[in-house]
Amino acid sequence: MADTPVEYIKHHLQNLTYGKLDAGYERFDGSVMSESGWTFARTAQEASDMGFMAIHVDTLGWSIAMGVLFLGLFRFVAKRVTTGVPGGLQNLVEVTVEFIENLVKDGFHARNPLIAPLALTIFVWILLMNVLKLIPVDYIPTIAHAMGLEYFKIVPTTDPNATFGMSIGVFLLIIFYSLKIKGVTGFAKELGMQPFNHWALIPVNLVLEILVLIVKPISLALRLFGNMYAGEVVFILIALLPLWAQWTLNVPWAIFHILVIPLQAFIFTMLTIVYLAAAHEDH
Amino acid sequence: MNINLTLIGQSIAFAIFVWFCVKYVWPPITAAMEARQKKIADGLSAADRASLDLELAQEKAAQQMQQAKEEAAVLIDQANKRAAQIVEASKDDARKEGEKLIEQARAEIQQERVQARDALRTEVALLAIAGAEKILETSVDAKAHSEMLDKLAAQL
Repeated sequence: MADTPVEYIKHHLQNLTYGKLDAGYERFDGSVMSESGWTFARTAQEASDMGFMAIHVDTLGWSIAMGVLFLGLFRFVAKRVTTGVPGGLQNLVEVTVEFIENLVKDGFHARNPLIAPLALTIFVWILLMNVLKLIPVDYIPTIAHAMGLEYFKIVPTTDPNATFGMSIGVFLLIIFYSLKIKGVTGFAKELGMQPFNHWALIPVNLVLEILVLIVKPISLALRLFGNMYAGEVVFILIALLPLWAQWTLNVPWAIFHILVIPLQAFIFTMLTIVYLAAAHEDH
Repeated sequence: MNINLTLIGQSIAFAIFVWFCVKYVWPPITAAMEARQKKIADGLSAADRASLDLELAQEKAAQQMQQAKEEAAVLIDQANKRAAQIVEASKDDARKEGEKLIEQARAEIQQERVQARDALRTEVALLAIAGAEKILETSVDAKAHSEMLDKLAAQL
């Protein structure tokens, strides 16, 4: 574990990275890799030196766990769903489903059976991943440390890989449906002939529209990541206070995050619906 | 905060979750919710219909009641009239009967009177003859004086 506050913060913001180190790489303890191979990074430097060929085991593990929890719970209810008087769990699930259904009904007017379940998945999954943030920052890393893992960051949405992973999925769907609904020429026209409908301004239009297109997934991912990451940093800073004083800041901040957590999940979901609705609009 | 394979792993996980949700989670839940909505809507419309039916039935019942009352009133009226007629008729009959009886009685009385007079007349004639015989000390030839006696009797 870390000693100084800066090291403590850095330590808490480092993912558990499993990646490939090249032959000849000098490890943290001075040993040299005899041949290239996959291993857990022991320092932040090692993790960043692994480059692209690495996996954040904690991010992936927790996000998949949350996804499985979400689907397991909803599938459990879906299997024994009743049209009569619903029980508590079914009520909860139905409220969520209805909430998403209304969102989609209001924001998305084309017919596409994929959009509503997609929005549901995004909303509940992000919500569950965000909720992990309310677990005190030292609990899980301490347990992980006892198991011999150097780093452990449990909130997947504080890792840009996770948020970009989802927003890229949404981005691919935007492209796919734009091409499917409008056709290649229609999509090209939309990119080239807007906002200035004149052939001489096609290059300007292209630059503008492609920028607008690219900004969509980036804004989606960065908004969620930024909020969660910043909140996490503040939690870690609060954890640096003396034990008796922590609650004065920790409690209000956690209460504030009860608001932020669903809000960010909602914004991601809502924007996904809006972007996909735009992709379905034929001019 | 390094971008690495996690990105792709997350995208794949996302795709699988969405697929699972589209295929196995969303349809049964929404189907059940729609079925329940339909059930409730049906129930409500049935209730509406039932209350409408009730209203109609009440209206009909009131109508029938009214009709029955009217019919009953007519019947009672008729009955009253008929009773009055019967009473009137029987009164008539009784009067006629009475008159007839009186008539008969009168006739009988008359007859008896006539008989009695005849009897008396005969008696008187006999008495008169007897008286005359006493007076004359002779018998009266009934045959010879019958004409005179008859005249006398007729005068009585």
